[in-house]
Amino acid sequence: MKCPKHVVEMIHKYLDGDLHEDEGRELKKHLQSCEDCKAHYQELEKAVAFVKSISHVEAPADFTQKVLEKLPKEKRTVSTRRWFRNHPFFSAAALFVILMTGSLFASYEESQFSVTKYDNLVVDNRTVIVPEGETVKGDITVKNGDIKIEGKVEGNVTVINGDQYLASAGQVTGEVEEINELFEWLWYEVKSTLSEVFKQ
Amino acid sequence: MEEFINKKIKQIKKGDQNAFAEVVELYKDKIFQLCYRMLGNVHEAEDIAQEAFIRVYMNIHSFDMNKKFSTWIYRIATNLSIDRIRKKKPDYYLDAEVAGTEGLTMYSQVSSDIAMPEKEVEAIELQETIQKEILKLPDKYRSVIVLRYIEELSLQEIAEILELPVGTVKTRIHRGREALRKQLRHL
Repeated sequence: MKCPKHVVEMIHKYLDGDLHEDEGRELKKHLQSCEDCKAHYQELEKAVAFVKSISHVEAPADFTQKVLEKLPKEKRTVSTRRWFRNHPFFSAAALFVILMTGSLFASYEESQFSVTKYDNLVVDNRTVIVPEGETVKGDITVKNGDIKIEGKVEGNVTVINGDQYLASAGQVTGEVEEINELFEWLWYEVKSTLSEVFKQ
Repeated sequence: MEEFINKKIKQIKKGDQNAFAEVVELYKDKIFQLCYRMLGNVHEAEDIAQEAFIRVYMNIHSFDMNKKFSTWIYRIATNLSIDRIRKKKPDYYLDAEVAGTEGLTMYSQVSSDIAMPEKEVEAIELQETIQKEILKLPDKYRSVIVLRYIEELSLQEIAEILELPVGTVKTRIHRGREALRKQLRHL
């Protein structure tokens, strides 16, 4: 073949979009006059077109699932974090619960003595006494202390973290409740919060 | 797109596998196609493509976010495919032939179930022939031809994927094209 080697090189440059304008003119001129080079060029174009024509294949349907199955197990913190991000309502609820429990525990920890105030109650070193012959009209709640009932209570008596002694002459018209366990106390708090909420 | 990928990569770096699943969904067809055209066998292609994604996940911390993610994953998949081609021992070829025909029966199954027009059968046969001719190329030409004409990537991107000068990529594409010209001219 008499054609210079650089013609084939020019064809490849053309196919890569690298051919300069003047080279393009030169190539075109040559291809019009040389059957061999024209055929070469057409065969190259055909080969490229064939390769491009291969229809696109897709990955199998379960591909992603299979890849995920092969991964090391995700750290728990990540999935938890993502779960909360995807469930804002539960995040808010969880935050609420955490804060609530926190404050409940905090108030449980306080070992402050307190008692519902009535004029006829006698308080003696963390012991509340309902004196004999006296009548308390209403509920009594004692926190972190004991109660000794010698008189009469017209209402409920609740003792938190303490004991209640009902003297033989003592009388309580309502319910007497002792709360010492943390859990019970929590339940009591929740109950009273709820009943307050529903009262309103 | 780049922004979306970078966001996902940050999540993957924290170990978020759902973010990773989104990235797999995005690239699975391209990567599977690359492996399939390089290896010519559905099962091997699936195997290598999965491996590529697992390596992405395992090595995500070494990925430089200033670089293009697609270049990185293409590089991993191309290198794994080339490794697989080179590891094929002569006796393995027998298996590969069998497995290869299994892969191709994807088409044959379709053609046996549904009566296909002759033209479509011919088109499928032509595709099989072209795939076979691509598989005859030495791996260094095969990879550039697949990346250029099937994945439709630019010469610059291919150079980055293969970590070669653009000039070398061009030379390989020229030689690959010449080889295919000779193989496909009779069609």
